[in-house]
Amino acid sequence: MSSAIVHEPSSSDSAAEDPVAPTEGLPPVQRNLGVWSRVRRNVSAQIGAALIAVIVLMGVGAPLLSAWDPDGINPAARNKTPGYETTIRDDDGNKVAYRALMGTDTLGRDIYTRVLYGARVSLVIGVSVAALSVAIGLALGVVAGYFRWLDGLVMRFMDGLMAIPAILLAIALVSLSGASLTTVIIAITIPQVPTVVRLVRSIVLMIREEPYVEAAISVGTPTPKILWRHVLPNTFAPLIVQATFLCGSAILLEAILSFLGVGMPSDVPTWGNIMAEGRSLFQIYPHMILFPGIFLAVTVLAINMLGDGLRDSIDPRMSKQL
Amino acid sequence: MNAPVLDVRNLRIRLPAGGDRAYAVNDVSFTVSPGEVVCLVGESGSGKSVISFSVMGLLAKALEIESGGIALQGENLVGASEARLRALRCTRMGMIFQEPMTALNPVMRCGAQIDEVLREHTDLSASMRKTRVLEMIRQVRLPDPERMYTSFPHQLSGGQRQRVMIAMALILEPALLIADEPTTALDVTTQAQILKLIKEMQQTKGAGVLFITHDFGVVAEIADRVIVLKHGSLVEMGGATEVLMRPQQAYTRMLIDAVPAHDPPARQPIAETEPFALRTVDLAKSYNTISLLGRKRSVAAASEVNIEIRRGQTLGIVGESGSGKSTVARCIARLIDPSEGRVLIGGKDFASARLDQLHAMRRKVQVIFQDPYRSLSPRRTVGASIIEGPMNYGIGREEAMQRARKLLDILRLEPSALDRYPHEFSGGQRQRICIARALAMEPELLIADEAVSALDVSVQAQVLRLLEEIRHSLNLAVLFITHDLRVAAQVCDLVAVMCKGRVVEYGSAMQIFTAPQHEYTRALLDAAPGRHFAFAQAGAAA
Repeated sequence: MSSAIVHEPSSSDSAAEDPVAPTEGLPPVQRNLGVWSRVRRNVSAQIGAALIAVIVLMGVGAPLLSAWDPDGINPAARNKTPGYETTIRDDDGNKVAYRALMGTDTLGRDIYTRVLYGARVSLVIGVSVAALSVAIGLALGVVAGYFRWLDGLVMRFMDGLMAIPAILLAIALVSLSGASLTTVIIAITIPQVPTVVRLVRSIVLMIREEPYVEAAISVGTPTPKILWRHVLPNTFAPLIVQATFLCGSAILLEAILSFLGVGMPSDVPTWGNIMAEGRSLFQIYPHMILFPGIFLAVTVLAINMLGDGLRDSIDPRMSKQL
Repeated sequence: MNAPVLDVRNLRIRLPAGGDRAYAVNDVSFTVSPGEVVCLVGESGSGKSVISFSVMGLLAKALEIESGGIALQGENLVGASEARLRALRCTRMGMIFQEPMTALNPVMRCGAQIDEVLREHTDLSASMRKTRVLEMIRQVRLPDPERMYTSFPHQLSGGQRQRVMIAMALILEPALLIADEPTTALDVTTQAQILKLIKEMQQTKGAGVLFITHDFGVVAEIADRVIVLKHGSLVEMGGATEVLMRPQQAYTRMLIDAVPAHDPPARQPIAETEPFALRTVDLAKSYNTISLLGRKRSVAAASEVNIEIRRGQTLGIVGESGSGKSTVARCIARLIDPSEGRVLIGGKDFASARLDQLHAMRRKVQVIFQDPYRSLSPRRTVGASIIEGPMNYGIGREEAMQRARKLLDILRLEPSALDRYPHEFSGGQRQRICIARALAMEPELLIADEAVSALDVSVQAQVLRLLEEIRHSLNLAVLFITHDLRVAAQVCDLVAVMCKGRVVEYGSAMQIFTAPQHEYTRALLDAAPGRHFAFAQAGAAA
């Protein structure tokens, strides 16, 4: 993508003749039209979406799926393997049958319940990191791509950000402001922003040379409107794809941070925290790590499958290149 | 000797379901004899490239030969194994493509690429191969063969690259050469040289040539026999002069009639009293780069351009690629900022206008771009695209829509087009929509930057006619940028010939086309394909 200083007319005639396409060369537009019908036919996207739906329902419906408190400690039932059954007294003094589907942890908390509630944190973090980094990245990317004099400044700053490891940044932020959901989201978002900026900038650089953008300039459309009407819509499809991948990696990163003890406060049930607590005993009681691990893996896999499916449907050429 | 090199019989190639027709190629039969140039002519989508790809066995997977036969020197190619086809390519059939830059491997030296053909298909030793390659490079008239041998494709010009392609295709002296629009991406002077070279090589090697083109000028220049295709079916076949002079079919006649004549028609002179719509004074654009070491480099894309257009007049800027004609157009439209000089529009200097003044001046100058597929935002309806400009200048939506409807009517498009998206329209229709968008601004100056170059010849004629009508009825000044001399001859009152960023000749179309003064203009006119051939239709395009 050279800066295309002069539009060379001689290569022009080639537009009239598309050697492989006998039907008047499919313009890039037509690909975008059937996107949703293609997404619906894409198996990978379907499986991904279905799995994500299940996990969302799981997180939302956690109180319905389990009668227990995720933080409820039961000293009598510590370190029990999956399938353990007993009776316990509830708050009113009645005896209730209790069955630990996925076993219990070192404090006797029900791992099944904790995993259900853990889905909430993971999803909230995944979605908010994706949304935040796309929002910030989109704004910066459009500015860097369209206003050439700002490009160097913004991009060098992004290069700087990319050089900071997410984990290191998280440790710094947590030590500054304490562990909380906000801190974790910020710590994960910052290193993701540059990837979005790069993506958006490259699209904007391409689109700003399109004749329809020049046509808009010559009919007197003000720059903000040009960006809004003609440039931004072109970034949506690739950004949706990018957002799914961001979401997946954010969930993974949160789990890693929590596992290392620099993520969410340790009393909050997250998949990373559950695994961190099971770490010392996992050779004897592998279920403490196994179940949250499976859910983490399935969730990230489902999101990535959805992303892959979306990418294949939105831009078939891109799928061949990657 | 007279057994045909290529015998295509009842070839029928199915298109995937959902195409605009069932067959890409429908029941086409023809032969190519040794030492003969057969031209396949047709508009885009006529199936001519599909035929050439099927002969080479390079057909896209989605396309399937349903019936018929392709015989190369008697050997049937339909259903031949991939290994056999590979053995035949280059040894018995060679191919040259349209875009030599993409057909050559950018990371391999040219010599090595030609050498690869020999390495694959012969047992020659390395030194013998090198001698052979150098000899071939000499034969295709490339200067300094040793240097060419070690050059990368990007270091060569378009014409030189095409010569390398020809050397590659012909080094094993194949019996059949397939040339798929080999000169379409080249400048007219280069095109003339390449055509001459192909003709020459074909005569010395006695090969049969299947030449695919959309340009009747090229046909007149090179063809022995002509095959006209339309929508995948054979319309007419015969000797070149036969078909060009006495076409039997209405379609062929229509195509030939649409080719703009080479001599400019007599035009009514524009009254001296008409005000100037545009005057440029020493307009220049240069690009400055500063290297890391602080060394300054300046490239002049255009310099000292002085042109004038009165209202109702058409000024053509002609030149080859890189001549700076588009730069001038873009400077005048202030899509790029000129480095020097003035652009006077209605007496005000457009070139030095500040941003706030610019907004008011923009509406006076409108541009129609080259590529109809990229000039309209794919995500906006045609109506939204047309009314965008007027609404920027405070005209209400209803009034703007009213105006758009009126314009579509003038441009012979259905008013229902307003609610549809650009992809639903053909190239010619889109270009008319772009004209409507420009006219909605009620400009004084319309810049057509290669506006008809990407269109098929029959569509091109329609669009040119429309432009002429509009210029006349609205008393518009038109700046017409083109590389096509025939088109310029038909529509321009004045012509400026540009070469390397400078206007080398400037005068009335009549004078430039009938009595060119500058050497470069003469070279350009001489190089125009089919110039000896009278496409004898007075006022076909005008």
